[in-house]
Amino acid sequence: MKYSITRSGVSRSFPEGDAFLSAASDDSADVIVYLGANGLSGPAYHPDNAKAAIVVELDIECLGVHTGEQSGEEGSNVVGFARYRNGEDAPSGLVELVRQPNAEESAIFAARQVFEEAGLEVVVCADQAGRIIDRLVRPKYNAALRFLDEGLASAKDMDMTCRLGLGYRDGPIERVERGDLARHFKITQALFETYGTPGYAPARRAIVAKQRKED
Amino acid sequence: MTNEIRRVGVCGAGGTMGAGIAIVVARAGFETVSHDLSQDALDAAKKQISGFFGKSVERGKMNGTARDATLGRMQATTSLDALAGCDLIIEAVFEDLRIKQDLFRDLDSVCAEHTIFASNTSTLSITEIASGCGREDRVVGMHFCLPAQLMKLIEMSPGMNTSQQTFRSAWAFVDQAGQTPVKTQDKPGFILNALLVPFNNDVIRAVEAGVASPADIDKAIKAALGYKMGPCELLDLVGLDTQMRLCEAFYPVTLDVRSSAPPLLRRMVAAGHLGRKSGRGFYSYDGNTMFGG
Ligand SMILES: NC(=O)c1ccc[n+]([C@@H]2O[C@H](COP(=O)([O-])OP(=O)(O)OC[C@H]3O[C@@H](n4cnc5c(N)ncnc54)[C@H](O)[C@@H]3O)[C@@H](O)[C@H]2O)c1
Repeated sequence: MKYSITRSGVSRSFPEGDAFLSAASDDSADVIVYLGANGLSGPAYHPDNAKAAIVVELDIECLGVHTGEQSGEEGSNVVGFARYRNGEDAPSGLVELVRQPNAEESAIFAARQVFEEAGLEVVVCADQAGRIIDRLVRPKYNAALRFLDEGLASAKDMDMTCRLGLGYRDGPIERVERGDLARHFKITQALFETYGTPGYAPARRAIVAKQRKED
Repeated sequence: MTNEIRRVGVCGAGGTMGAGIAIVVARAGFETVSHDLSQDALDAAKKQISGFFGKSVERGKMNGTARDATLGRMQATTSLDALAGCDLIIEAVFEDLRIKQDLFRDLDSVCAEHTIFASNTSTLSITEIASGCGREDRVVGMHFCLPAQLMKLIEMSPGMNTSQQTFRSAWAFVDQAGQTPVKTQDKPGFILNALLVPFNNDVIRAVEAGVASPADIDKAIKAALGYKMGPCELLDLVGLDTQMRLCEAFYPVTLDVRSSAPPLLRRMVAAGHLGRKSGRGFYSYDGNTMFGG
């Protein structure tokens, strides 16, 4: 499936040099991928019903920020996506494809094909805050950071416990710190604003990291 | 000074964890007394244990002589009195506070003064288990991971009355047994379950909220984080009823809403969708097709 790329900012999913960038074709392609639009409020793409799919890169915002929403009836040939990436680690092989309730199946199919042909693993999720990964891992990192404050165990022991006991590649503390605690603050703050449950409230260490960045 | 540990009793050794723990202990060179209320359970465990060591020999991890010597160090009994000569008792009986407290109280009159009692509890407090047993200073948490015979990690927790000497001796034993101890406080779920149980509930809530299918959640977690198994696959393996019991153990103690049983979990358990053991959980195990809960 041919795709072209329109860039309006820095892409977290496909940094400079990524093969996905060089494999793009010209504007006549059936699928248009908008990169680096994340963080912008308002439309980050040009609607074009003639295209098989318009694929908009997201950061922590919902796709609805760019498309607008209509009481659960929203959906078109526009789909959102993010390639999961912990901080400045190399992006993972996962693409979360974001669909609105009435998204065109053919658009999802085309977007999936573009990413799968690039060797990425694709999952489809609803347009909810945190998509799959951040929604699930951020409260766990918050808990680990709280346990550290409360003296449950040392950071080293907590990380080792997760590696040995659960077979994780890295533990929660080393992972969230590598991913940048200030970014963890930004993500959990957005999740907390949406869901309101205490598990998403930014951990103290994330608040500290964010405050130090502001100084 | 730490007391030398030579002879170790394992209570509940006819069960999943107890049988695995007995393997770890005997393999490391300790005299091992497997104890259980059920002779049938001990007989079944004995078969599994000789099968396990048989495979170890086939795979070249152990030679025949070492296997015979290891099996020679193991004995099984339904009599509590047979644990009299043990320097350390590790209990892996049912996860029930009263049963564990009664066991330690009974053992207190059977065992020598210096004998240490260790509990493999996943959810209960070490301090509460020790309470009233008569040797609260010689009780320690020693939480093995499933399957115990393969997993190295052991979460070690002192109760409020555990003496430093007891903790040091128990730690030294774990080291000597070739395991990897980590120190945690005596808090619900220690480290592993304190992180895992709420995480698994968050996954169930995400399925219920229509975020994605169980199959896509599993695929995402594996691809993004490199976990060997997706959380829905893991829940099906462990059993949805087990997850429910963990919630029931943690939530009333911690009041952490992430530990409370999600409505979908309750419905799945009520519907008999317990995971692999019932043929259906998040996935169905006849055709391996996905069930969305
Ligand atoms: N299964 C796990 O994943 C896991 C992991 C870590 C810790 N644990 C903990 O290990 C313990 C055992 O769990 P399990 O899954 O092996 O249970 P299980 O039901 O497989 O085995 C328990 C065994 O204890 C025996 N038993 C019960 N009361 C007894 C008593 N008073 N004296 C002697 N034997 C008695 C039973 O006959 C049974 O054979 C629990 O405390 C559990 O929380 C379980």
